[in-house]
Amino acid sequence: MDGFPILSLMLLVPLVGAAICFFVPAQTARMVALVATLVNLLLGVMLWAEFDIGGAQWQFVERAEIFAGFSYALGIDGIALMLIMLSVFLMPICIGASWLSITKRVGEYMAAFLMMETLMIGVFTAQDLFLFYIFFEAGLIPMYLIIGIWGGDNRIYASYKFFLYTLIGSVLMLIAMFWMVREAGTTDIPTLMATDFPAGAQNWLWLAFFASFAVKMPMWPVHTWLPDAHVQAPTAGSVILAGVLLKMGGYGFIRFSLPMFPEASANFAWLVFALSMIAVVVTSLIALVQHDMKKLIAYSSVAHMAIVCMALFSFNVQGLEGSMIVMLSHGLVSGALFLAVGVIYDRLHTREISRYGGLSINMPKYSLFFLLFTMASIGLPGTSGFVGEFLSLAGVYQISSWVALIGTTGIILGAAYMLYLYRRVAFGEQKNADAAAMPDLDEREWAMMLPLAAAVLWMGVYPESFLAPMRADIEWLDQRLEAAAPAGDAQLSAPDPEAAAEHHGEEAAAEGGSH
Amino acid sequence: MNDFSQSLQLIAAEEILTVVGLVLLVVAAWAGDKASRAISIAAVAALAACAFIAAPTLCQGLVGPERVAFFGQYSADAFSAFAKLLIYAAGGAALIVAPSFFGRVAAIRAEYPILILFAVLGMNMMVSATDFLSLYIGLELNSLAAYVLAAFLRTDERSAEAGLKYFVLGALASGIILFGMSLTYGFAGTTSFAGVNAALSGDLSTGALFGLIFVLAGLAFKISAVPFHMWTPDVYEGAPTPVTTFFATAPKVAALALTMRVALGAFGSQVDAWQQIVIFVSLASIIVGALGAIGQSNIKRLLAYSSINNIGFLLIGLAAATPEGAAAMLVYLAIYVAMSVAGFVVVLMLRDAEGNPVEAIADMAGLSRTRPALAWALAAVMFSLAGIPPLFGFWGKFVVFQAAVNADLIALAAIGIAASVIGAFYYLKVVKIAFFDEPAGVVSESGESGVDAAAHKVLLLVSCLFISPLGYLLTPWLGDLAQKAAAALLFVG
Repeated sequence: MDGFPILSLMLLVPLVGAAICFFVPAQTARMVALVATLVNLLLGVMLWAEFDIGGAQWQFVERAEIFAGFSYALGIDGIALMLIMLSVFLMPICIGASWLSITKRVGEYMAAFLMMETLMIGVFTAQDLFLFYIFFEAGLIPMYLIIGIWGGDNRIYASYKFFLYTLIGSVLMLIAMFWMVREAGTTDIPTLMATDFPAGAQNWLWLAFFASFAVKMPMWPVHTWLPDAHVQAPTAGSVILAGVLLKMGGYGFIRFSLPMFPEASANFAWLVFALSMIAVVVTSLIALVQHDMKKLIAYSSVAHMAIVCMALFSFNVQGLEGSMIVMLSHGLVSGALFLAVGVIYDRLHTREISRYGGLSINMPKYSLFFLLFTMASIGLPGTSGFVGEFLSLAGVYQISSWVALIGTTGIILGAAYMLYLYRRVAFGEQKNADAAAMPDLDEREWAMMLPLAAAVLWMGVYPESFLAPMRADIEWLDQRLEAAAPAGDAQLSAPDPEAAAEHHGEEAAAEGGSH
Repeated sequence: MNDFSQSLQLIAAEEILTVVGLVLLVVAAWAGDKASRAISIAAVAALAACAFIAAPTLCQGLVGPERVAFFGQYSADAFSAFAKLLIYAAGGAALIVAPSFFGRVAAIRAEYPILILFAVLGMNMMVSATDFLSLYIGLELNSLAAYVLAAFLRTDERSAEAGLKYFVLGALASGIILFGMSLTYGFAGTTSFAGVNAALSGDLSTGALFGLIFVLAGLAFKISAVPFHMWTPDVYEGAPTPVTTFFATAPKVAALALTMRVALGAFGSQVDAWQQIVIFVSLASIIVGALGAIGQSNIKRLLAYSSINNIGFLLIGLAAATPEGAAAMLVYLAIYVAMSVAGFVVVLMLRDAEGNPVEAIADMAGLSRTRPALAWALAAVMFSLAGIPPLFGFWGKFVVFQAAVNADLIALAAIGIAASVIGAFYYLKVVKIAFFDEPAGVVSESGESGVDAAAHKVLLLVSCLFISPLGYLLTPWLGDLAQKAAAALLFVG
């Protein structure tokens, strides 16, 4: 595989597919999209198989100086590899989810999704600062069209909000990038990651990047675009939004903010912690009172991403690994939950929770999958959610026990709103005749649910497969952060027993003296 | 310094334009309006010939005393060649789209291509001028042709109004420039840019400062920068659309190139005196252009505000006052011309069932279902104007803001780019109407056929390919040419 431009090929395949989709009739467009995404999945599997764990930090590197001011430079490390795998894994499922539910302007729809795939892979593979920015921003256009053309009733408002919010967040990052490039004299991301910027400037740069990634992530209080966008987008659009686009924020933190501005990251960790703590509690409580299934899952996404944020700024290996696993797990689980909502939405055309009920009677297989994904979202041991959340909170605990405490409440509240949702949808009596008459999963839906369920269980039972490629990169990041890492409040190392006994004795003596 | 015969060789392009223009005028007088198509073709050929003269000058980056003609009045350097090539392209586009538009209202006249040629001649003078006197002659030659063009549809009241407004306000601006020039001359004792630059170095007297401000204010009028922008929406809306295409592109290039030469050349020794003015004008143009566009219901008015907005971004490059900033402006100008041409060609191709032009934005509803190709072209133009990557419009903003950051104008860059989000709103609105709304049934579903329609399509295809992501492949080449041109602009010798 040496020298074979597999990353460029992965960018090219969906792009060519998109171009074809514009000109062919609906059914052909569906097939073209499915084939293109499956080819990319295959390429992704090959990428993973060829990835040399413990080898060079940056692999599959490609570089071509075909632009002025920046270069076409691609390359991945373990972190990017995992996120690319998530993207290529979810894409065929998205196409499958849109197979029947999208009936108007199919060619354009499939083209927009394939363009999305190119841009997502581009974000995770770009090794040039400005190339990254172009891919990062370009994703707005297809997503704007997907929400605006194929979305729900309030799609226009949601599409504007999505576009303008994320654009405002990103533009200041561009100015910060100009400054960094001027200071460092290069646009190469690996070089910039090892560049020590002056401490005073780091704060400004960090804030500019934070503005962008916080909106993408999304963090409280700039999360309000997300429930609108998720609810109004078609099912596959929600899957890709929750599954991959939100991860761009987390990827931005782990690729840019943390390694490039370690001191500023430590200075502003309190800000991230404060916002994340508020987000975990507030959005979980909001999720608890939702009547709309998609909105509930959207708010749960905000809560989960807040755990990712906390863990990213824990400055230790557990926290960083945990945040990556939560991102991957959330990508699978929230995608699966949106699909589960989509399955019943396709049958009844409503997202009102109260219109369903007792689905476990007439749709037992569906209820089984829904239960699995609900449990994974809560973080039941054996599912991917548990691994990620446990590692994350263990990491956070080392730096601040208070933040870990509040973060854990989020898990409890998460269990509350997810179980409450599940009870109302799947259990209880069948109070709506039309909901009671819905048929169970068909083959297409099986084919979408099964791989997701398998991946969730795999990640829950044997997370090593996913952690191994990232381990070296996270260790590198941990070392890079070591000098700046703030001291934690919890002293986790077991104290020397003798010293402790002596200390205890002294204390006892002092106490005795005072008596 | 060149003697007279060498000077005449340097202005070969202007000679071609003059002679061809005059000959065609005689032909038009004898053959009448029947010959207008032939005259248009001849005019396009003349512009192409001029482009062949300008191209080598630019590619070789020629500059220096041997490129100066008529004893310091005129310079045929790489900078002027860059601007001239853009002007020729824009003039050619305005000629190509005209017959179909005027033919339908039976207003096709042989004078149109000739007036375009004379306007281009005036603009050639503007971008090559290295003396306030030749500057003024070029400016007036261009303006007189432009006033007539704005009022070209004699039977249309809006067109007559546009012509009159353009004339009155344009004449006022010319007067302001002339007043500023006379003050500058009084304090510098010379009208040549190099002489003024040398005379004004050191402390600037109040009188000379007034001269500088009046000259810049007049030029701001010509480039329709805030606060001298009020005429733009009315003139853009009232003028026939091919003429608007022309106004939005060529005179903008010429006036901006002229502004660059005056600011960086004649007043190049007094950057501190004008930098804050340019910063204010630039931010005001970005914000007013963006806010003004939001309420517009006519696509031509919207594009007028969009051009005000774009001028603001261009002036950020001028505010940097560095060679990098100048090169960035030229790159932006090239992309801006392509975006404007593509945008106006789309507008020209929008016809209702009777073949009347459609200008109301609301009538474009559901365009993506009735005319998908046209709708995607429109979306590409809008996203490109908004500066969203991967479209090429982003690159123009990219280089301009990079130049500003590298010149330590970080606050200006940050405010400017944040204000660009306001602009994104109305560009999105157009995309929303064309893509998300139900078809309004106004725009005719079938496009026209014939030579003119094919010419429109080719023009649209070429400009859309340029603003598509493929445009990024041109960045090394474009950047190189712009750098040569900027080096010629700031050549001191």
